[in-house]
Amino acid sequence: MSEYVIETEKGKWEIICGLEIHCQIISKSKIFSGASTEFGDDVNENVSFVDAGMPGMLPTLNQECVHQAIKTGLGLNAVINKYSEFSRKNYFYADLPQGYQITQFQYPIVGEGFIDIDLDGGITKRIRIERMHIEQDAGKSIHDIDPHKSFIDLNRAGVGLMEIVTKPDFRAPEEAGAFLRKLRSILRYLGTCDGNMDEGSMRCDVNVSVRPLGSDEYRTRCEMKNVNSVKFVMQAIEIEARRHIEVYENGGEICQETRQFDPVALTTKVMRKKEFAHDYRYFPEPDLPPLILGDELINKIKTELVELPDAKKSRFVKELGLTPYDAMVICENKEVADFFEKAATGRDAKKVANWLMGDFFAMLKKKNLEISHSPVSAENLGKLVDLITKDVISGKIAKDVFEIMAETSEDPEKIVEEKGLKQVTDTSAIEAIIDAVIASNPDNVASYKAGKVNLLGWFVGQVIKQSQGKANPALVNKLLKEKL
Amino acid sequence: MSDLTDLTIAESLSKLKTKEISPVELTQAYIKKLDDNSKYNAYVTLNADEALKAAQESEKHYNNNTNRSLEGIPLGIKDLFCTKGIKTTACSHILDNFVPQYESTVTQKLLDCGALFLGKLNMDEFAMGGSNETSYFGPVVNPWSKNTPLVAGGSSGGSAAAVAAKMCAAATATDTGGSIREPSAFCGVTGIKPTYGRCSRYGIMAFASSLDQAGPICKDVTDCALMLNAMAGYDAKDSTSSKNEVPDFSSFIGQDVKGLKIGVPTEYRPDGLNSEVAAYWDKAAQILKDCGAEIVNISLPHTKYALPTYYVIAPAEASSNLARYDGVRYGLRVSGNGLDEQYINTRTSGFGAEVKRRILIGTYVLSAGYYDAYYLKAQKVRRLVKNDFDEAFKKCDVILTPTSPVEPFAIGDKKMLENPINMYLNDIFTVSVNLAGLPAMSLPIGLSQNGLPLGMQLIGRAFDEATIFKTAYQLERGANFVRM
Amino acid sequence: MAVDNDTVRRIAFLARLKVEPEKLEDTKSEFNKILEWVEELGEVNTDNVEPLVSVNNEALSLRADEVSEGHISQEILKNAPAQEFGYFVVPKVVE
Repeated sequence: MSEYVIETEKGKWEIICGLEIHCQIISKSKIFSGASTEFGDDVNENVSFVDAGMPGMLPTLNQECVHQAIKTGLGLNAVINKYSEFSRKNYFYADLPQGYQITQFQYPIVGEGFIDIDLDGGITKRIRIERMHIEQDAGKSIHDIDPHKSFIDLNRAGVGLMEIVTKPDFRAPEEAGAFLRKLRSILRYLGTCDGNMDEGSMRCDVNVSVRPLGSDEYRTRCEMKNVNSVKFVMQAIEIEARRHIEVYENGGEICQETRQFDPVALTTKVMRKKEFAHDYRYFPEPDLPPLILGDELINKIKTELVELPDAKKSRFVKELGLTPYDAMVICENKEVADFFEKAATGRDAKKVANWLMGDFFAMLKKKNLEISHSPVSAENLGKLVDLITKDVISGKIAKDVFEIMAETSEDPEKIVEEKGLKQVTDTSAIEAIIDAVIASNPDNVASYKAGKVNLLGWFVGQVIKQSQGKANPALVNKLLKEKL
Repeated sequence: MSDLTDLTIAESLSKLKTKEISPVELTQAYIKKLDDNSKYNAYVTLNADEALKAAQESEKHYNNNTNRSLEGIPLGIKDLFCTKGIKTTACSHILDNFVPQYESTVTQKLLDCGALFLGKLNMDEFAMGGSNETSYFGPVVNPWSKNTPLVAGGSSGGSAAAVAAKMCAAATATDTGGSIREPSAFCGVTGIKPTYGRCSRYGIMAFASSLDQAGPICKDVTDCALMLNAMAGYDAKDSTSSKNEVPDFSSFIGQDVKGLKIGVPTEYRPDGLNSEVAAYWDKAAQILKDCGAEIVNISLPHTKYALPTYYVIAPAEASSNLARYDGVRYGLRVSGNGLDEQYINTRTSGFGAEVKRRILIGTYVLSAGYYDAYYLKAQKVRRLVKNDFDEAFKKCDVILTPTSPVEPFAIGDKKMLENPINMYLNDIFTVSVNLAGLPAMSLPIGLSQNGLPLGMQLIGRAFDEATIFKTAYQLERGANFVRM
Repeated sequence: MAVDNDTVRRIAFLARLKVEPEKLEDTKSEFNKILEWVEELGEVNTDNVEPLVSVNNEALSLRADEVSEGHISQEILKNAPAQEFGYFVVPKVVE
């Protein structure tokens, strides 16, 4: 376990934190209506009479949302509940057309599970999942068009959400950060949520309390709603924890309340006190009978499940010889892992990994490209590594070749051929260069012979330079030693 | 032919088929009648011009032999059913000028059968009431009234009165706690609440979703079968609608009841039951006995608790179902300082007293700390009420009870108005059926000494409307009730 | 469990309804009458009784994931008390 302690003049404190994450389900249509889930369409165009809460309209449950929830539950190593129920959560808000949200309360579709997170130093920690349920999203209120009016767009109203609730297992901001990245990675592997916190397809509520180090009590917690990036979540935890500590150390008490994290001011401020907390009056949704799932369906989805990051990581370590760290970095993103696996098959996987995580990632970053749009294909990256392994080109020339590949998307073999970049392994050609270098540098030759052996490197450099990089360095080294 | 509006649907259809009468003539006759009888306040919105146009279309269908099962039959539609392009208000101020852009499934099915709509019928506001006095458009007057105007019953008072006064051939209605059966009894007409799930609730403004069910109110049992044939059936748009096969209900008309076991529940005969009601109940049993049925005493021990159970569950669901009437997307808006005040002003002036009373009760029983004591308790008692019926139906095939413990009372009756519970108690014989989700029909059995109609109720097993139709037809023949 | 004036006010606000001060007493007593009546349910032994959530014994049907509705913003906005630029409009919501 990682030790994260906030130490003040008066004492040592420990953070207790749990997360609730809302994840938009990837599906074509909404969870309870046939309107599209497409983001960015014209205002109120992806709205059915059901989504608008018109009188007499009834919800019908989208099968895909149920399947996506089961997949996600399995990805969270969680129990899939064969009996679950929908409930209504009642409250008034302009972008909540029915005056209630259809959600799951007492009987969620997914029960307890866990995610193992990777922390610095190769440590892993298990974060327990309390539950996951499915529900509908609200619409959007736009407050900045007019000083006296709010504008309501219901395109998002009714999009399916999965709400994942963790146990209060986080003891450090980094753990919450690692969890969110891991969760996002799993969701993307599963294809159940695109996990874009900045677009709001994944939204995080953070519960924080503190306690004196070594104590096992649970003190009053505060909730911060809709913190919308991994970085902000980590900052919010630390800042809120420090606020609690300051209050306690000054003899005060923390009130249970909902707060808002301000990422600019780096403070949290109160949104809603407990006495004004909503009374949601949950009760079973009478428009939807209970949801009963069969073993057959659950097993079918289980067998069709993709290989998840943890399994892939172990396989890359065990079968391809990657270091756990490299495997973790490569496996975080499924597209990267797939790209890597394609490039590494039948080759020195470690070398491919080095290229991928070095020049390749740097190139994508520089060009600001997703891996799916990479000008260098997995096959070509593999071929490039082959050219090095087979001594056709040197590592240095390979870097030049890679730059050309990044510009032209061409096959490295073709580039090497056309540009005449093949390594020179012809002894006589190299000897001729060596002779010339020795002849034009009598002083250095003398020094070398007098015992300044580290000048050898300088000679190697000179020879390779004159060969325009094509001379095989190992060969140059060997021949130089002989001649000198 | 004296008056075409005297004809039942079955009679009209046979004359339409032989072209003895035309749909336009039939429609004109009803339009004249609803004009003549406007004093009953049965209609809140008229659709006469459109109805005549539809009648002309129907005429074409008859001429080219493409006439459908209810071709050219003029109906009245309870104002709770959303009708595309026709104002639909649930008789509430809050839905002033609301014109649905969609059609309820039940009314669509009727249109698909060739029926036409004369207009929208008065009802208790949002179907909450037992006397039609909570309508924003004022009470319906019972066509059987002598000197004092009497209530037509509720909530489908407009439907029952319109059928009784021949202002439509039949009407749609809904029943949450007795809203089809009680007004049918009060107005001397026949109405059936089918099994929960038989008719789609899509497009019917929800009062209490787990109890609401649509059904027809007609001139006789035969017409109820014709109407229900058209209205019933699975609808993918209502997740609570049943996939159970819908039989041809007309085929049970005229079948004998020999050997059928008719259950008579002892708990429905409390001390002080109106002696006329009790006498007619005995008479009804005798009629069925004379037809060869066997009368068996049964027990429904939780009858006493059905009403309190209902008055927890129905308001709870209603409080949530009516949250959507918030002045944001449709209906009345009364401005205020900020959104919350606008909600409060809109809802306070938009809803009538009874609706507000039920919303408050419903909100309370669901609120934090009270849920278990009220709502959960009521759901448990609801199971016991249903179990009572399950037990009873082991001993009998259909249950015979009075529909209402009282005859129609005066509009503005002091006793009913001074304490809402007195009004609620009129539902004592009808609510259990909704709690258990069973089918039940009310049909007229005779007139009281005051010359007012009294009704009998037949309750069947879930999805066994067939036995009800069989029994009701025999009872109807034996009772020989003379319609208005 | 008799309710007091504060409870009536709190419940009314939850339901976004206003109870005029002069009607508060009446509303409260009516409220209590109804609650007292429904509390008869307390007499019923419901130990080991499962709450009845749905009278349907049929499994919930699921809908195929197809886009079958939408692009009807005119119909959606048709009955709106206030709309601008295709949005529903409400008084400014202050967070």
